[in-house]
Amino acid sequence: MGSRASSLLREEDIEEIKKETGFSHSQITRLYSRFHSLDKGENGALSREDFQRIPELAINPLGDRIINAFFPEGTNKKYTAREDQVNFRGFMRTLAHFRPVEDNEKNKDLTSGEPLNSRTNKLHFAFQLYDLDRDDKISRDELLQVLRMMVGVNISDEQLGSIADRTIQEADTNGDMCISFSEFTKVLEKVDVEQKMSIRFLH
Amino acid sequence: MPMKAVFQRRLQKLKHIRGVQQPVFSLICMLLGISFTVWFTLLLVFIIVPAIFGVSFGIRRVYMKSLIKLFEWATLRMERGAKEKNQHLYKPYSNGIIAKEPVSLEQEIQEMRRGSAEPEFDMSDIFYFCRRGVESIVDDEVTKRFTAEELESWNLLTRSNYNFHHISTRLTALWGMGVLIRYGFLLPLRVTLAFTGVGLLVVLTSIVGLFPNGRMKNYLSDKVHLMCYRICVRALTAIITYHDSENKPKNGGICVANHTSPIDVIILASDGCYAMVGQVHGGLMGVIQRAMVKACPHIWFERSEVKDRHLVAKRLSDHVADESKLPILIFPEGTCINNTSVMMFKKGSFEIGCTVYPVAIKYDPRFGDAFWNSSKFGMVNYLLHMMSSWAIVCSVWYLPPMSRMEGEDAVQFANRVKAAIARKGGLADLLWDGGLKRGKVKEVFKEEQQKLYSKVLVGSSEDRSRS
Repeated sequence: MGSRASSLLREEDIEEIKKETGFSHSQITRLYSRFHSLDKGENGALSREDFQRIPELAINPLGDRIINAFFPEGTNKKYTAREDQVNFRGFMRTLAHFRPVEDNEKNKDLTSGEPLNSRTNKLHFAFQLYDLDRDDKISRDELLQVLRMMVGVNISDEQLGSIADRTIQEADTNGDMCISFSEFTKVLEKVDVEQKMSIRFLH
Repeated sequence: MPMKAVFQRRLQKLKHIRGVQQPVFSLICMLLGISFTVWFTLLLVFIIVPAIFGVSFGIRRVYMKSLIKLFEWATLRMERGAKEKNQHLYKPYSNGIIAKEPVSLEQEIQEMRRGSAEPEFDMSDIFYFCRRGVESIVDDEVTKRFTAEELESWNLLTRSNYNFHHISTRLTALWGMGVLIRYGFLLPLRVTLAFTGVGLLVVLTSIVGLFPNGRMKNYLSDKVHLMCYRICVRALTAIITYHDSENKPKNGGICVANHTSPIDVIILASDGCYAMVGQVHGGLMGVIQRAMVKACPHIWFERSEVKDRHLVAKRLSDHVADESKLPILIFPEGTCINNTSVMMFKKGSFEIGCTVYPVAIKYDPRFGDAFWNSSKFGMVNYLLHMMSSWAIVCSVWYLPPMSRMEGEDAVQFANRVKAAIARKGGLADLLWDGGLKRGKVKEVFKEEQQKLYSKVLVGSSEDRSRS
């Protein structure tokens, strides 16, 4: 009955998240309210089930891959208390990839020199959706699996296989039959990544 | 000896005190008696008698207008308080957190293909699904319908406050007074009225049930039902505005409405007579149900019968076929939604083939949130919340009757009615099932998305082979 969530978020936390992600104060409080409403267990962290409860995400063919992107490997204590839970900072950090790119971006990510919503980081987010085992390259197998998720039962194995082969052939430049991140970036250099991977957050 | 003297002196002192207290005591008793009598007379004159005759003094509307002014003042004070401390006031945005672009899968992928020489699959196809997925995480159409709507201004109820630290002392005092008034005066008053209303309903319908079937019985049953529901309306301090009453449901039809809370029944039934549909309950509800059915035919199903769709449909059609019976009241959503949208209508009531009278109910959330979040609160808790709110303000629109058209199946008819109700009430029209409150979404919807994407892929290869 009405969320008191904004009073549970401290000003210092908001400032830190602002610096790390570039969201404005009101956007952060609004997103915290959303985080709180998804958190059915009310323990300050989201589990995979909490995400799967969103019907529009559950019917997305790549829903599970997207949910996975919120749970980074290893347990960086800032973002996850346990491996299968993500707290608000981790939630915001992943969402930050989808902030639109502004021309005079001044803020920088604390750990690397680039803001989270740069073109490279957006591409890296998409790359990770393909890279199932997180070994920094997309193998033919992984590409097939993701393709299968996207088309369901409507395309035959042979057709899908040939699509995968063709894609790898076009992208692979060093002949290892896998797509590395730099090859991935090269293939998509003409695509307007900034626009396609951005969400318009209202102020 | 001295003990006895002390004792006797003490006794005399007591008698003296009692002597003084005697008139005080009787004075208090007299005052209590008088106040009770006054209170009951006021109750009778201002609430119960008008309920019987269906008139209104307009007290509730004056009350409503003064409350609005109060809430606006409260919000201004909070904004001022926030500005002084140089902090931000949390403002719920009813427009949403993000602006979504209504681009479909096909459109987006064609756009991305335009540059290159139409390959079958592009690695950038993933962007569409990715963005849509994250958009739905930030703001989706369904999950927010199952929690109470957020308000723009504060209505002096703790349960809807998001800016605790911006409340000045004056505001706190006002809030404190509000609590006193609501819990000390309004709540007992309302509970008394509720008990009166329900009690009268049970007793009077049982009496009417003794009459032989005929015009007299129907007339009396109507009057009794209306009167008791009107008392219940006053028990909630519900201020209802009925629009387009010329479209009120008639015998031999089904009345469908959007569902926000169990109070919807009281709101509609205090303005017209309906045959109710529902499951047989035990306890107090069961007593009420058994009494009501004595006076006029309502449709109560046993738990086991509810699963049998044919049985349900048959009973409903039999009832509708009888012109002397009242119109049936049904809520096709099947569950309570938070009054910002209308969700999927179950097609059962639309298969029967009679005239459908749609009704749109929209609550004004500023005075009290009527939505029943059944996964969070039980019935008693909910009623307590209702009776300790300021008021329940709502508008009811009677839409013109609709029938199934040629070549239209039940689902299409249901969607047409739903769209009309959503438009009239200013609610969002959603295709999603209200059952998603508790259950998972069906796999078939994901398969539809996959099929769509496959068509885009395979479609382009077909064009290729042709050229």
